[in-house]
Amino acid sequence: MEWITKNLPYLMAGISVGGQYALIAIGYTMVYGILRLINFAHGDIFMVAGLIMVYAVTVMPMPLAIVLVIAATVALGFFVERAAYKPLRSAPRMSVMISAIGVSYLLQNLALYITGGLSQQYPAIPWLSDTVTILGATTKRVTLVTPVLTVALVVVLVLLIKYTKIGMAMRAASRDFETSQLMGIKLNSVISMTFVIGSFLAAIGSMLYFTNYTGVTPTAGAMPGLKAFVAAVFGGIGSIPGAVIGAFIIGICENIIKGLGWTTFSDAFTFALLIVILIAKPTGLFGEKAIDKV
Amino acid sequence: MKKTTKAIWNVGLIAALLILLFLLEQVLPSSSMLFMVLKKGAIYALVAVSMNLLNGFTGLFSLGQAGFMLLGAYTYAILTIPVESRASVYQYFDGGIVQFSIPVPLALIAGGIVAAVFAFLIGLPVLRLKSDYLAIATLGFAEIIRAVFQWDKLGPLTNGSNLLRNFPTFNSVLYPFIVAGICIGLIVLLINSTYGRAFKAIRDDEIAAEAMGINLAHHKQLAFVISSFFAGVSGGLLAMYQTTIQASMFRSSMTYEILLIVVIGGIGSITGSCIGSFLFIACSEWWLRFLDNSNLYIGDFHLTFMRPGFRKVVFSIIIMAIVLFYRKGIMGDREFSIEAVQKFFRKRFKKKQTVEGGSSHE
Amino acid sequence: MKKRILSVLLAAAMLSTLLAGCERKPEAAADGTGSADGNVVRIGVFEPASGDNGAGGKQETLGIQYANYVTPTVEIGGEEYTVQLDIVDNESSNDKAPSAAATLVSDGVSVVLGSYGSGVSIAGSDTFKEAGIPVIGVTCTNPQITEGNTHYFRICFLDPFQGTVLANFANDNFGAKKAYVLTKLGDDYSTGLGYYFTQAFEALGGEVVEETFQEGNSDFTSYITSAKNEGADVFFAPSSTEVAALLVEQAASQGLEIPLLAGDTWDSNVILNAAEGKNVDIYVSTFYQEGGDPEFDAGIKEWINSDSTAKANNGGDDTVSGLTVMGYDAYYVALEALKAAGSTDPAAVNEALWDVTYSGVSGDISFNEIGDANRDAAYIKHANTETGAWDFVAEQSVAQ
Repeated sequence: MEWITKNLPYLMAGISVGGQYALIAIGYTMVYGILRLINFAHGDIFMVAGLIMVYAVTVMPMPLAIVLVIAATVALGFFVERAAYKPLRSAPRMSVMISAIGVSYLLQNLALYITGGLSQQYPAIPWLSDTVTILGATTKRVTLVTPVLTVALVVVLVLLIKYTKIGMAMRAASRDFETSQLMGIKLNSVISMTFVIGSFLAAIGSMLYFTNYTGVTPTAGAMPGLKAFVAAVFGGIGSIPGAVIGAFIIGICENIIKGLGWTTFSDAFTFALLIVILIAKPTGLFGEKAIDKV
Repeated sequence: MKKTTKAIWNVGLIAALLILLFLLEQVLPSSSMLFMVLKKGAIYALVAVSMNLLNGFTGLFSLGQAGFMLLGAYTYAILTIPVESRASVYQYFDGGIVQFSIPVPLALIAGGIVAAVFAFLIGLPVLRLKSDYLAIATLGFAEIIRAVFQWDKLGPLTNGSNLLRNFPTFNSVLYPFIVAGICIGLIVLLINSTYGRAFKAIRDDEIAAEAMGINLAHHKQLAFVISSFFAGVSGGLLAMYQTTIQASMFRSSMTYEILLIVVIGGIGSITGSCIGSFLFIACSEWWLRFLDNSNLYIGDFHLTFMRPGFRKVVFSIIIMAIVLFYRKGIMGDREFSIEAVQKFFRKRFKKKQTVEGGSSHE
Repeated sequence: MKKRILSVLLAAAMLSTLLAGCERKPEAAADGTGSADGNVVRIGVFEPASGDNGAGGKQETLGIQYANYVTPTVEIGGEEYTVQLDIVDNESSNDKAPSAAATLVSDGVSVVLGSYGSGVSIAGSDTFKEAGIPVIGVTCTNPQITEGNTHYFRICFLDPFQGTVLANFANDNFGAKKAYVLTKLGDDYSTGLGYYFTQAFEALGGEVVEETFQEGNSDFTSYITSAKNEGADVFFAPSSTEVAALLVEQAASQGLEIPLLAGDTWDSNVILNAAEGKNVDIYVSTFYQEGGDPEFDAGIKEWINSDSTAKANNGGDDTVSGLTVMGYDAYYVALEALKAAGSTDPAAVNEALWDVTYSGVSGDISFNEIGDANRDAAYIKHANTETGAWDFVAEQSVAQ
């Protein structure tokens, strides 16, 4: 029992942060699946969602602010795709990736300019931020809510992709970009939809994440973003369940490493895991085999 | 133009540049921002060219540059801190375990070699990966290297995560120019050799290159190791410029900056990378600083939007504009040369002449 | 061809920004000279305004700005000079520090104040040294800053002192036998103070568990769990305010019952705001306790409340931080040095600084042979989570 009380907090922290990574990772994996683009700006969109919340609650009640954060983040994701990635559709993949780095740079600097470089205190969301005690371990309720909510959202998303028309279009586009166009799929709207879904999940993720870790800084999205991307690669990029499982594994491992006292290496371990999996199984845990087109 | 005259022109140009720098240094106070920018620009030019060798000429998308610079910078610093100041630098580690120092040029080369050795070891497994996977794996390695160098068990060697300082620094702006110049010259020679042609063949079409009898693994490894060697040297130079170094400086954002320089200059253009580097550094460190001034007035109108941070917003908008509307960068994949300039002006001149000629006939 | 023209245009655009940059500067200077009779002395402010230490840097700058507001002129060599503050942001980043320092040097400042954060101070030091410009450290407490340098001075106490004070305090007040020390990798202030605390605490017969965290980390739950599991009596976390806010919040939500101990960086309303209404026990050592000089307190509060930018920079209220007081005092030390030097020449100011004495709000200031202030007292404050203010606990000194 004592062992549980001592070690449960690590596990809970790991599961909760894993769930938050998972929500970000889905955005990466879906975009990569269709555009073959590492959307470096995704982590920063997540950060901007946090900032919007900080400013929104000063002028409106919380429920309205939550709606606004989701709407604004989705709009931002949509706009970024239209402005920075769509014009480069025919350009080499490296150009698009650099455009993504540019957007990330721009969002961070805008946040720096608006916040004046100071860390912003994230507002406490009622109910989610309440303290609860389970099995002798004290934590915020959000820690317990995150994994449940994540899994629920993922199930909905998977059903959406499996059974709706737009989902089918997404799958077709990720399988073969050119042919799907020939089949009459409106690629632009499919891609926009991907960004909308990704940003929506990032907005939810940001609420959960920042409720736990309450400081929003211009670079707050960089590390979670990178780790979520690693999770997406780990699980097999393009695969949604893969990204989610990868995110949970990374979140839990990271906290176990910290618990063992190897704190210097908690980030490095994530990358080491990534490299091992890339070398052993280059397409990730659940990735489809890549086909070389000559 | 004949090959010899071309060579003479190039040598003459470089000599003129160095003499100009020397004169500038005599005339202007050494504290001028110009020298800051020139020094840092030269260092970034070298690392940008080394990255271009991989990304632009061999088609290997690597994002590990910051890690290799870290290796070079640490090797340089560890080997050159004077023995008498080691006790104060390694104050938490009883002066460290390295109790000698070697001359600066040797230490720079040693930095390059250490980076190259690591690149060789990392390259063995990683270079089998393709494009984005390679990028993310090299990025991961850079982060791992950074963590290892911060580990306090290695403290007697690396001073843990604390600053390394007191090592020799530049006394003249010519130094980074000459070192970076020699290194870039070597890279140019490499690119124009048979190896360089093999690299370009791999970039353009791996399968065709293999069919032509190019050993893919060998050449990729070679490009990776050489690029890392020069990244290591530039890391050593960066240490000299910064006067203090620390593992936490070498974040992935540093690699992104270098990548942006390569793209702005033009992927696959050596001179482009150099020009891009100077422009990038000058803009980010110097020219745009006035935008941060919150007390600017035009007449009586207070420019309230100008406050700290505005400079960076403007800078990132400029970068986005270049990336979106000017995809090939400043030079595209061409090179700056006397010949090109002559051609450029000759064309202009001819056009003018014809126009003038036309008007005189009337 | 079109591309060529575009490239020329682009270069021209960049050049024009250069020219614009040049044009503005004399203009700004002209503004300053216009007000007085032509004499201007520039004091550089080398402080972070963004990044990890942005909040603290801004509060320190605030003290300097207030001092400049109170005393905008100085008499040097019989002539009236207008003091112009030249503020640059070193971005709390050791790799940006040299170029920020170079900006000040090329602007021709006579003396520099700063910086909050020991790492950036060390990183910028050599640039000032080469240019022969003296620097007055305001709250940078790491011994390495002044050690072996003749151009770097400081008006605050040092980490070996602060670490010992805190270790003694932990031992005396809580009877602490085991301390959990959490420091940030790559932050010389954090690792330095952690090191000296550990030394002192172990010398008192205590036991220390050391942990580190990476830059960019915002998840401290595992560290707090470890501290609990280790059965530590105090949690010592010398870190930036940004981290502090996260740590306080997470400590509260995890029900950490042991006291949180920190150094001078935590003396900020950022921590007070994070702790307000929560069940946490925070003690910090610092330079000043509000109420020490009521006249000064009233003056600066009025100034902060009258200026919305200043108020925002102070974290949105008018709590006077020890950092602000130190900035205020540093400005006057610089003026004293300028007066004593009788010239705006940096070398003369540097020479004069050795003998400067000044009775500031934070106490008497004079420099020893290393360039450090002779200080032997630190204030310990406790965060009152109900009123959101600092409560004075004790004034501590160390038997030398």
